[in-house]
Amino acid sequence: MTLGYIGRRLGLFCIIAVAAFSLNFMIPHLLPGDPIRERFTTLQGYGGQFKADVDELIAIYEKKFGFDQPLWKQYFRYWGDVLRGDLGKSASHFPAEVTTMLRITLPWSIGLLVTATAISFAIGTLLGALLAWPALPRAFRGSLTSTVPLMMVAAAIPSFLIGIVLVFFFVIIWNFFPPGRGIAVGVEVGFNWTSIASMIDHAFLPALSMVLATAGLYALTMRGMMVTVMGEDYITLAKAKGLKGARIFLWYALRTALLPQATALALSIGHVVTGSILVETVFAYPGVGNLLFESIRTNDFFMIQGIAVILILATAVSLLLMDLLYPLIDPRIRAGQT
Amino acid sequence: MLQQVSYFSARIQPGMTIRATASWVNSNRVLAAGLLMAAILLFIGYVGPFLVDHDNARLGAATPRQPPSAAHFFGTDVQGRDLWTWWVLGMGQTLKVAFIAGFLGTGAGLALGLMAGYFSGLLDSIVRTASDVAITIPAIAILVLVGAVVREMTVELMALIVAFLTWTQPTRTIRSQVLTLKERAYIHVARLNGMEGLELIFREIMPNLLPFLATQFVWAFSVAVLATVGLEALGLGPKNDVTLGMTVYWARASSAVLRNMWWWWGPPIASIAAIFITLYMLSIGLDRFANPRLRRN
Repeated sequence: MTLGYIGRRLGLFCIIAVAAFSLNFMIPHLLPGDPIRERFTTLQGYGGQFKADVDELIAIYEKKFGFDQPLWKQYFRYWGDVLRGDLGKSASHFPAEVTTMLRITLPWSIGLLVTATAISFAIGTLLGALLAWPALPRAFRGSLTSTVPLMMVAAAIPSFLIGIVLVFFFVIIWNFFPPGRGIAVGVEVGFNWTSIASMIDHAFLPALSMVLATAGLYALTMRGMMVTVMGEDYITLAKAKGLKGARIFLWYALRTALLPQATALALSIGHVVTGSILVETVFAYPGVGNLLFESIRTNDFFMIQGIAVILILATAVSLLLMDLLYPLIDPRIRAGQT
Repeated sequence: MLQQVSYFSARIQPGMTIRATASWVNSNRVLAAGLLMAAILLFIGYVGPFLVDHDNARLGAATPRQPPSAAHFFGTDVQGRDLWTWWVLGMGQTLKVAFIAGFLGTGAGLALGLMAGYFSGLLDSIVRTASDVAITIPAIAILVLVGAVVREMTVELMALIVAFLTWTQPTRTIRSQVLTLKERAYIHVARLNGMEGLELIFREIMPNLLPFLATQFVWAFSVAVLATVGLEALGLGPKNDVTLGMTVYWARASSAVLRNMWWWWGPPIASIAAIFITLYMLSIGLDRFANPRLRRN
């Protein structure tokens, strides 16, 4: 792995991070008038049922965006706040800090997202690879060629719409799964069997809708890549050497075909994050997506901003991680050839 | 120039007989099926609104909470709107958003991709970095930021916002195509003949980009539908307009799923799925023109 490679990736990461925070700063400035203050004033109109101190929120807002100051000064002050980890306060969970709310909800989202993506990627890749494997038993191939097109169709539908359909059948009609939330009422989150079982029970449908919505894509790209790899000379050589089928499949074909698969995964991350946010709202899953949904309903602007930034950063971080892991599966990068 | 003959014009001639049409359909069944479905969806969206009585979409036009019947094909919602009328109107608006965003995105992608690919240098690195950054940022983050500060969302405004997401892939594809095209022999011949700059771009390079533009438009269109439906699901959609995504939003806001009113959210979800499947078939079908690897076979 060359230093130049790492440097380039880190550079891209920094650009994304700076762009994310700058967008956050700029978007309220780009619009005519002062829509945020209007929103907060509307909140004030709700009166008693709304416990947030709107005056304080407006004060924070004034200070943060300080419209009396020249623009460059505002921008630097904004960066100062960001670097101290101060993203403002939540209006609907007043006086909780935005960062506190993020810390509570993020583990749920990351858990669901990572698990679902890993399952989907594994299933999709394996099915796609098997589909292109000529020595597959006929009965198995028959069932594959009938399920994979269905997976492709499912992959064309946004995950949260699949989620709504799943809720209708599995929750309303058949009563198989709980209707929402991340864990049963009265069960504490902990490292014990009841807690984990309850969490899996609640996460099953959200994860299933995400897997259904993405596995077909991975299967499609993998199949295409496997077909190309199977035609390569070194596969013929491996066969001529008398290597076992399973060995050729796993270590000669699959491993090479996984390279573009990893790129496909990296490119789809933004898409997957968006999907999981929307899926969470369908299942009232206690993650960032549901928090975002509530914040939009209650006009909780700092919260919305904080979530937008954290989504962009999370995507950028996972991309960076993937880029740094990439050399492990691609010897060419390790050798510094590309 | 021989290479300029696009694969569309080579296959679809004005005087095509029925038999020739049949053989063309047979040679690219996926594309034909996709075009047929697209025609049906466009008919519902653009001709449908003239055939239904808009008064039925008003509040209290019928008995609330009716399941589908001969009088109301898709039933009625909790406030007595006829959901069939609602669906026909929503299809048109949803397709409209996607068309605007798709055109803007593909257009911007074409312009940026052509400039970056043709002129290269600093401009190229800026465009490339910008599209690399934009492609990794989750769409929802930007949409939510803009959507949350907009005073009143309309269908047209949503199309403009969504267009910011649809330029990345077209830019990259067009750029890479221009990079290979500009090294072709006939471009060099044209250059030797004294053609340069914009004339060269528009007369020699552009015609060869048409199949790619078509696939990129399909891509941009589907990103636009995905983004608008997502925005609407989060409650940032145009609350005073009728779209498929808003229908799903209102259905969920009135807990139609829990109330077992499947006729409320079922048709919009099914038709959004139909739009995506149509786009998927179109892109597979068009790939045979745009993907050189498939074209050779």
